[in-house]
Amino acid sequence: MGILLDEHSRILVQGITGTEGSFHAKACKAYGTNVVAGVTPGKGGQVFDDDIPVFDSVEQAVKETAANVSLIFVPPPFAADAITESIDAEIPLIACITEGIPVHDMIKVRRHVDRSPVRLIGPNCPGMINPAAHCKVGIMPGAIHLPGRVGVVSRSGTLTYEAVGQLTSLGIGQSSCVGIGGDPIIGTSFAEVLQLYDEDPETDMVVFIGEIGGSMEQQAAEYIKNHMQKPVCALIVGASAPPGKRMGHAGAIITGHSATSESKTAALKDAGVTIIPSPADIGTTAQNILEQIN
Amino acid sequence: MKLHEYQAKEIFSRYGILVPNSKVAYTDEEARDITNKMGGRAAVKAQVHAGGRGKAGGVKICQTPEEAYTFAKSILGKYLVTPQTDNQGVPVNSLLIEELAEIESEIYIAITIDRDARSTVMITSPAGGSDIEEVANATPEIIFSEPIEPVLGLMPFQTRRMTRQLGIEGSAARDIAKLMISLYQIYLDNDCSLLEINPLIITKDQKVVALDAKLDIEDDALFRHKDLQDLRDRSQEDQLEASASDQDIAYVNLDGDTGCLVNGAGLAMATLDVANAAGAAPANFLDVGGGATDEKVAEAVSIILSDPKVKRVLVNVFGGILRCDVAARGTVLAYKRNNCTLPLIVRMLGTNLEEGKEILRNSGLNVIFADTLTEAAKAISES
Repeated sequence: MGILLDEHSRILVQGITGTEGSFHAKACKAYGTNVVAGVTPGKGGQVFDDDIPVFDSVEQAVKETAANVSLIFVPPPFAADAITESIDAEIPLIACITEGIPVHDMIKVRRHVDRSPVRLIGPNCPGMINPAAHCKVGIMPGAIHLPGRVGVVSRSGTLTYEAVGQLTSLGIGQSSCVGIGGDPIIGTSFAEVLQLYDEDPETDMVVFIGEIGGSMEQQAAEYIKNHMQKPVCALIVGASAPPGKRMGHAGAIITGHSATSESKTAALKDAGVTIIPSPADIGTTAQNILEQIN
Repeated sequence: MKLHEYQAKEIFSRYGILVPNSKVAYTDEEARDITNKMGGRAAVKAQVHAGGRGKAGGVKICQTPEEAYTFAKSILGKYLVTPQTDNQGVPVNSLLIEELAEIESEIYIAITIDRDARSTVMITSPAGGSDIEEVANATPEIIFSEPIEPVLGLMPFQTRRMTRQLGIEGSAARDIAKLMISLYQIYLDNDCSLLEINPLIITKDQKVVALDAKLDIEDDALFRHKDLQDLRDRSQEDQLEASASDQDIAYVNLDGDTGCLVNGAGLAMATLDVANAAGAAPANFLDVGGGATDEKVAEAVSIILSDPKVKRVLVNVFGGILRCDVAARGTVLAYKRNNCTLPLIVRMLGTNLEEGKEILRNSGLNVIFADTLTEAAKAISES
């Protein structure tokens, strides 16, 4: 099982002929992912990497290949268009990797997502992976993952890999890993992913990595406190960040009290979450929890 | 990207918003002459990219042209330190000389993004002219916020509600309602992340005038605003941060002495936290990004090394898109170019790890290797 992806996921890559799109489409395929189509307007009819047909539109690609997941690498000026094109073609799951989409675009896109039967992961995210299903829809290095029963959710890319790396080196496998994205406006929140993990019979616990900025971690804490059955351990990074400075991610900026790591950590602690003391302790903290469960 | 007050007011004027008569002065003599032409009295305001300039002595009501001259002489070319700047402050290169207004009442008005509501929000308060954060803490009941639905835009009934909340009546209420619609249009047209007027005034003769103006343009949207790009004032930015942004490197200057090079924003923040916990405060945040080449890594390391407070460098790379050998080659290149002998702590994982380590081992540099974040922390505190 795991969440979001499984053996039936059929992946379409928007922007497959670009530098990033082509590199990662190949890497996903090499991991075992069922990449069924690519879309680049104007390049329809080409064949990518021997066996992946390229279409001019998402609509055509869905009709011909029954793709049900879209992975987007389209550059920022065209990304809002790419996301809405996938929504229009009724693709139920979309992961947008693109970094640097204007917030004004994402406010409108998010409104559209909210009234459509679709889940958007990202943008500005590493995507998601289900190791047991050999399904990777994103830019994460596949080789560091191990099938197992810990769910991982984070905002960022390399920090998620760090978490996964620590788990795998201790022999702890992952049911799924999701990076929800580092932008101020994203499609799917921490709380929503936590709920998916809570409902997934193949997940025993969750490693949750948040960061400064906004108050999504507090909303997640609220969800955990009121609903979550499974144990969660959490790390909030960015304690060293000064207020008002954007720490790489557009969303990682302290603009008020609730955006600080202290406030987020306190809310999670209050919700009964095990706090991971340092970024170096992600794996060992999860290990302790697993030992307690079993 | 931040705009100066005078730049923002030029944009406001184009949308029919009243601003005081004003002119920019770059020398003390210009300040005197402009004040003279305005009738001898004027507000002289330092043009800097930092809030809190009034409290910091960056604004003066001058009663004579000579007073304007003396004030301009005392502040032009100097650095202004405000509660929102670092200890060094920001340079004052220009002054806005502005006609004085007869103020009857002052209002606060702003537009920004509300992340929780995932929409744009207009914020108003009758407590104009004060520090709005202090108002929000002390009397949150007089701060009003009006979410704006992206599809509809700001609707007239909302502007009427806001003027009611502000307790404004008559022609001023109608003018402010109209101004609110114009402000939202400015915010949209220019891809702003913040628009703020503090204060917006109603004059004794019932005119609505923007006495101050603040506009921040969203960096990610600058690609579609070539005209706004020309308004960038690099002198107001941290020089290392400005040169990093030219190379498309996310860099933030911090107070400590441990230079940090990391790939990925989340891991970079985590690395700073690890360094801090090890008692070695970070000198910077630096995310070199995914698609970096040898040369880009070298430039990033050179930016770190050009910071005189750096006493050691920590490289933490989780090789994925950025391969370890690229990170290693770039780092060695920068150390050699700068004849640098500072301790170099390297923690690498992932793609082409062995190749990267080999490059560092054969470089002749004194490299301290760490396999985990814990080991890296230990190496930092020992170096």
